Amino acid sequence: MPIVIRNGRVIDPSSNTDRVADVLIVDGRVAGVAPNLSSPKAEVFDATGMIVAPGFIDMHVHLREPGFEHAETIESGSRAAAAGGFTSICCMPNTKPVNDSALVTSYIVERARSKALVNVFPIGAITKGSAGEELSAIGGMKAAGAVAISDDGLPVMNARVMRRAMEFARSYDLPIIQHCEDLNLSAGGDMHEGVQSVRWGLRGIPAASEDVMVARDLVLAQLTGARYHVAHISTRNAVAMVDYARQHGLPVTCEATPHHFSLTDAGMPAYDSNYRMKPPLRSCGHRDAIVEGLAAGTISAIATDHAPHPGSEKMQEFERCPFGIIGLETAIALALEELVAAGKITLSRLVELFTTGPEGVMRLGRGTLAPGAPGDVTVFSTDVEWTYDVNQSASRSRNSPFHGRTFHGGPMATVVDGEMKWRR
Amino acid sequence: MPAGLLGIEELDRAEIAAILARAKDFQPMQSQSLKKLDALRGKMIVNLFFEASTRTRTSFEIAAKRLGADAVSITASGSSVSKGESLVDTLNTLGAMRPDAIVMRHAASGAPHFLARHLPTPIINAGDGTHEHPTQALLDARTILDRCGHLDGLKVAIIGDIAHSRVARSNVHLLSKFGAEIVLCGPASLLPVELAQLAPGVRLTTDIRDAIQDADVIMMLRVQLERQHEANFPASEYFRFYGLQLEHMDLAKPEAIVMHPGPINRGRELSSEVADFQRSVILNQVENGIAVRMAVLEKVIG
Repeated sequence: MPIVIRNGRVIDPSSNTDRVADVLIVDGRVAGVAPNLSSPKAEVFDATGMIVAPGFIDMHVHLREPGFEHAETIESGSRAAAAGGFTSICCMPNTKPVNDSALVTSYIVERARSKALVNVFPIGAITKGSAGEELSAIGGMKAAGAVAISDDGLPVMNARVMRRAMEFARSYDLPIIQHCEDLNLSAGGDMHEGVQSVRWGLRGIPAASEDVMVARDLVLAQLTGARYHVAHISTRNAVAMVDYARQHGLPVTCEATPHHFSLTDAGMPAYDSNYRMKPPLRSCGHRDAIVEGLAAGTISAIATDHAPHPGSEKMQEFERCPFGIIGLETAIALALEELVAAGKITLSRLVELFTTGPEGVMRLGRGTLAPGAPGDVTVFSTDVEWTYDVNQSASRSRNSPFHGRTFHGGPMATVVDGEMKWRR
Repeated sequence: MPAGLLGIEELDRAEIAAILARAKDFQPMQSQSLKKLDALRGKMIVNLFFEASTRTRTSFEIAAKRLGADAVSITASGSSVSKGESLVDTLNTLGAMRPDAIVMRHAASGAPHFLARHLPTPIINAGDGTHEHPTQALLDARTILDRCGHLDGLKVAIIGDIAHSRVARSNVHLLSKFGAEIVLCGPASLLPVELAQLAPGVRLTTDIRDAIQDADVIMMLRVQLERQHEANFPASEYFRFYGLQLEHMDLAKPEAIVMHPGPINRGRELSSEVADFQRSVILNQVENGIAVRMAVLEKVIG
C-alpha cells in the first residue's frame, strides 16, 4: 500500500529541501515530495509539526549475531534501530565467528532479510579473526554484501598490514574503518586518563593512544589513497588531524557517537559500568572538540556504536566489565538536545549527520528523498517529551547510561522501503 | 546506599574529627589487661578479604572482638569466588546471613562502591585496588595527632609509588581537609601530574630531598610490585633515588616522624636504620589501627 506522510517539515540535505510538504512513497520508493500530494488509497501519517527526513543511517552498530545472541540478535537490534528512527544500520564484524568471510557475510545478509525490521549492511573484517595479521577475503565479502571493512573493537596494530589492507580497500573501492587505539599505550586501561582516573585509582586510556593511531593511519591513507574512516573519534588532536588531512584533499572521514558529544569523564557516576566504553568518555575539552567538529563539518556522521552487553557481564567490578553501551534508541534525542537545542548545529546539519554524511562514507544508495530512491523515511519531533526506560528497550541488553533521562524531542515514525516499521 | 565507610573523600571534616576523637577514647584500653567492651555485643562482622592481608584483617578482627562483636574472616581463595561465582552473588549470599557489616578488601578499585549500590548491608572498605584505604588514613591521622597535636599547617611528604597507592589517596583527602601541606614524591612514571588536582594543598616533586625539606611527617610507601603492569621504573635504582636514609632526616624538621603503612621492605623504600629510628612511629600506627577501627565499627553499626 502506498504511504503518504502529510504536512511535515521536510528536511532533505541531499536536495537542499527545507519546506512543509507531503512525502509519497509508492511500491517502496519515493514517488514525490510536494504539498498536497493526492493518493486516494494510501496509508496516511500526519506529521504536522514534525520533521520528515530521509531515513537515518547508523553506520556503526554491533548486532552480536552470530555468536552472542544472548546480548543481541539481528532481529532485536534492528527493532531497536527502528525504535530509534534508523532505517539502515551497518553492523561490525566482531561476531563469533568473526565476519571475515563471504560465508559469514552471506549468513548475516540472509538473517537480516528474514528477520530485520530495517536495512542491515554488514561490514567485513580487515584481517582474519580480526587478529591483525592476515588479510581476510575482502573481495568475496564485498560480493556477498559487505559495504566496508573494519576490525572494530580492535585496531590493526601492524602498520604494514594496515598499508596492505588500505591498498586492497582502495582496489575494491571500499571504505576502511579503523578503531584507533594504540594497544601498547592503552594497555589495561579502564577509562580516560585524567584527573578522574587518578582520583578513582583506575588505569588510564590516554588520548594519545587514539592520536598516535590516527596520525599513523593518515600517513598510510596518503600513501595508499584509500578511503579511510576513523570510527568513534574522541580526541581534540584526532579531530584536528582529520581536518588537516581533509584540507589536503585526502578522502578521509570520521564519525562521532552521541555519548562522546554528550558526556564527559567528569560527569560519570563512580564505577558505573554503563559509562565504560572505548574510546572512553573524555574530558570536557575533548568533548567540546567533538561538538565543534560536528558543527564545522570535519566529522561527517553521528554513529551510535550500539554495543549490547548482557547484565551478567556489566554487573561486575568496573575493571572486569566489557566496554560499550547501547545507543540506537537515544541517538536522535541526544543530538537534538545536546547539539541543536544547545545552539551548536542547525536541524538541517543534524539531518546531514544522519543521512548524507554516513551515505557519503558508505555509499548505500540511501539517505535521500529524491524521486525513485528507496522509501526510507525518518519522522521526528523536536518537542515530544518522553523518558527513556531501558527496561522497555527493544534491545536484548540494558547497558545504557541514559536510563531514566527525560528527553525533549525524539523519533516519531520509521518507514523502511515504504513500510511503517515503528511509530511512537 | 547503606551507611558504611567507602572512602575518606566523601567524609567531611567533622565526621573525620569525630572518628579520631572516639579512637582516642579507645587508646588506653589497648594496654589494659582487660581489653573487652560489650558495646557491639551480639553484632556480627564479616571480614571478606579478596587480597592477602595480615595486619588489616587482624586489626579489624581484634577491633570487632574488643567491642564485643563476633567476627568471621573469609579469604577469597577458600571461598566460592574460586568456583566462578560473581562478586555480587557472593556478597548477596553473605548478606543473606544478616551480618551487621561487611569489611571488604578487593583488588579492583571501586569494588565496594559497586557493591554498595546493590547490597543493603553496610560495607567498610578495607582497601580497594589503587583507590582508597580509609581506615589507614584515619589511623595515620590519629598517629600524627598523638605526636604533633594538630594537622593544619603540617608539611607531610608522601614518598613512593603514589600512582598505585590507595594509602596515598586516602591520606591526601584526609590531610587536605584539615589544611595540611602535602608533597607527593616518586619517580615520574609513578607520579601522574593529575595528582596535583586531587585536593587542595597538594604539590608534586620527583626530588626526595625537595619533598623532605622541612617536613613534619615523612610517610613512606611500599613499592607495589604486584600492581605494576609494566616496568614503570628501573627497580635497581629505586632505593638510591627514592629510598629514605638516615642522612635525609637532617633535611626534615627536628621532630619529624617517619611513617609507613607496612609491610616494610628494609633496603627497598627505607633503610633498616630508618625503620628502627627513634622517631619512626610505624608500630604506633599498627597499635592505633585497632582503636581507629573500633571507632569506625562503632560508628557504622553501633
